[in-house]
Amino acid sequence: MNHEQLKKTLRSLPSKGADWIGLKKITSKIKFHSVKNGLPLSNKIYQDEGVQIEVLKNGQFAYSSTQDTSPNGIKLAYEKALFLAESSSKYPIFPFTRETRPQFKNQPSPHDFNQTTSGEIHDVLSLSCDSIKKEKGLIHSEGYAALKETETYHIGLGDEEFYSSKNTIDFSLKAIAQEGTEVQTRTWGNTLQAGPEYFQKELFKKEATRIAKEARELSFAEQCPSEKMDLLLMPDQMILQIHESIGHPLELDRILGDERNYAGQSFVKLSDFGNYQYGSKALNVTFDPTVEKEVASYKMDDTGHMATKEFIIKEGKLLRGLGSLESQLRSNVPGVACGRVSSWNRPPIDRMANLNLEPGEGNFEEMVSSMERGVIMATNKSWSIDDYRNKFQFGCEYAKLVENGRITKTLRNPNYRGISTPFWHSLKEVGSLPTREIFGTAYCGKGEPNQAIEVGHASSVCLFNGIEVFGGV
Amino acid sequence: MENKLTKNIFFSLGLKIFSSLKDHEELTLSLVGEETNYLRFNKAKVRQSLHLIQGNINLNFTSQEKTCSWSIPFQQDLEQTLEKMTTALGHLRTEAASLPKDPFLVKTQNNGPYEKDHEGTLPPDDELVHSILYPGKDLDLVGIYSGGRNIRANMNSKGQKQWFSTTNFLVDFSLYDAVQNAVKGYYGGQLWDQESYNQKISQAKEQLELMKRPRKKVSRGSYRTYFAPAAVSEILTMMSWGGVSAASFKKSESALGPLANNKKSLSPKFSLLEDFKLGLCPPFNEYGELSNDTIPLIENGQLKNLLTNSKTAKEYDLKSNGANQSEGLRSPLIKTGGLKKENILKTLGTGLYLSNLHYLNWSDMRGGRMTGMTRFACFWVEDGKIVAPIEDLRFDESLYNFWGEQLVGLTNFSETFPEPGTYSQRGVGGVNVPGMIVENFSFTL
Repeated sequence: MNHEQLKKTLRSLPSKGADWIGLKKITSKIKFHSVKNGLPLSNKIYQDEGVQIEVLKNGQFAYSSTQDTSPNGIKLAYEKALFLAESSSKYPIFPFTRETRPQFKNQPSPHDFNQTTSGEIHDVLSLSCDSIKKEKGLIHSEGYAALKETETYHIGLGDEEFYSSKNTIDFSLKAIAQEGTEVQTRTWGNTLQAGPEYFQKELFKKEATRIAKEARELSFAEQCPSEKMDLLLMPDQMILQIHESIGHPLELDRILGDERNYAGQSFVKLSDFGNYQYGSKALNVTFDPTVEKEVASYKMDDTGHMATKEFIIKEGKLLRGLGSLESQLRSNVPGVACGRVSSWNRPPIDRMANLNLEPGEGNFEEMVSSMERGVIMATNKSWSIDDYRNKFQFGCEYAKLVENGRITKTLRNPNYRGISTPFWHSLKEVGSLPTREIFGTAYCGKGEPNQAIEVGHASSVCLFNGIEVFGGV
Repeated sequence: MENKLTKNIFFSLGLKIFSSLKDHEELTLSLVGEETNYLRFNKAKVRQSLHLIQGNINLNFTSQEKTCSWSIPFQQDLEQTLEKMTTALGHLRTEAASLPKDPFLVKTQNNGPYEKDHEGTLPPDDELVHSILYPGKDLDLVGIYSGGRNIRANMNSKGQKQWFSTTNFLVDFSLYDAVQNAVKGYYGGQLWDQESYNQKISQAKEQLELMKRPRKKVSRGSYRTYFAPAAVSEILTMMSWGGVSAASFKKSESALGPLANNKKSLSPKFSLLEDFKLGLCPPFNEYGELSNDTIPLIENGQLKNLLTNSKTAKEYDLKSNGANQSEGLRSPLIKTGGLKKENILKTLGTGLYLSNLHYLNWSDMRGGRMTGMTRFACFWVEDGKIVAPIEDLRFDESLYNFWGEQLVGLTNFSETFPEPGTYSQRGVGGVNVPGMIVENFSFTL
């Protein structure tokens, strides 16, 4: 059905006492391409389309999702959602109102997506593998790319109507080197709002060559030492640090207990917002849906809430939670526009979207020269944190030892561990804008039923004091 | 209106699309489908509820040694679904032509028929909310009910037809007290029995009472430790991620590399296999290849097999054992030992009793070392008696230690945990594992 037919169908539904009826049609196409040692591993196209009916009745939201987008299919889905709302309202978590579904409107203007064949993307990945294999000691190469096109059409029983479209890409290259019994891996990848035009052969060849050289370098490197020392994290590790020890603990639905059976809760309490000193004065964190190319930039969340940039932490002080209008109403804590669905088949929950660390004033060379003894770590390899988001242990692919302000050698198997609040209080300096990079992931998981969604993080390099660093087996 | 996601309709759609194939073309269709009610709850109140009908048909196309696949939504309007399949087939011809030949192509063949419908009884729709939440009405009950019909099927242009469906449910829950002590519980199966569910909630409530004692802060160090079956199942999931895959081993990205290369050994008490007799998932993979009822992976500490799919087998000149594309565990079983339930605390003596673990990851995959956290009901035990619940601890330990020389023993009973995962769709499969006691297990934070 086209948009007009969907509107007509929705508006013909009998209200039967419902305070709100919303309809989201989400259409997506993802092209997955994998190459192993230059040869095709898999090429898959995943096309999806479905409708979610959202009903608010007796203060309770309920959902029904179907791929049957005919008028009859939508009517049946509506009846299922209505029934669930009615039966659930005998055990309500909170008496929700229309307040959590604001008016929304834009002018739908369907988007033309750039097209590309599997062969064109395969060629870029295969060429990258060739560049990796050219390096001595390289035993394995891989390339992966996912190109996604998504269209969302969201309407309400009144005049609400919103259309959005986006291109996202998720990609990685992998190089494995071996020297004797020592095997080391180096990767490069990202998740961004971009299309097939991103897959430029020269860029991929350059990065493939870099990671191949670094994997080779690691296969000869010394084991990372185990001691307490300064730690300089590069942006491609900072994203994981921000994600796990700032993003998740500040999700209001976790603090409200919704996630306690699965993803966990938080060391942060509702009373901490506006009071708690989360980290040092150098720590400034924003929810920013306005950054070009960052993967979770959007104009409106999936509950009809218009998205704006907001400070979550300012000069180390916790100001605002990552909570949708529903969570804000339940908690009485200020939040952001972050009620998001992974697709038409899941209800909206609190997600971190783009959560960025704002740049400081540090110059990379000066930050290194200020380190008496420390390690620079890059690119996440391993991550684990407890269900309250306190005790973490993260590992990286690549590290450099710094002695008396000078980079002296490469280190393999670098890891570090800590506890969230003391760790962020040990943040000594944040790099300036030239050291900032934008990253993202397509696979942030939480929710019951489970939802994997894209989130973005931008960060400069960051220097921490007195961190417990250690090596491999 | 009746849900049209049925065997006859899927197979008839297949026959229609196969009739439009050209001489050198082959096609395999795979269906993943479900009709599920999800009920998410917090504090024994409904947070969100969802009814979902979905199905996706994947068309895996090969022509002139080139291959690619296209997945489309299954729509209740069959003409529309067939039209989408026909359009997808056209796209596949273009996409495949743009690719190079795949030297490790898995050829389409008829791997034989399979058909199984596991019928079940679910709580009635009009009593669902009450059935799940009333037994926890005065408790802080949090979690999710998921129940309905789950389908996996495939057919190909060589005449293969395979179908697996199961009607089942899972209540995956935890129970909290006022100071956020918690215990975890599951009630899953095919025949809903209200009394059995009520008992599960009552048992969890009794366990929660044990958590009321003041928490003990345990210092980092090495302790004799009991892992309940749920904790062992968490450790076992790591084996699907850089563990038992033959392709991972061949590219030096397997934690079992040192075992396969005879650099490290495991305890003769430890045996791991895939056991499709558990009936938790279909024994066929995406290609329609049927696995043996069991695949021994590690037997008495010795590596017997890695999970090998046909593509990996062709690439590395190995023998396929019908593994899926990711070469992950689908229905694993760890063999039981001799430790009786009543002797667990006595055998443990002084140390830690861990009911669950959380957020595991490799801290050194190639060395077999993993890290993770304790979660839910975990206790300090002294002289065979539970003394106090503990504050969460982080561990960092090698599988060559805890399934090696430090493995004291495995329980003589095991538990089955149905797959709780619902990313994109409700999962199938599960694990069957015993508990275990390990000497000198390392806790680092």
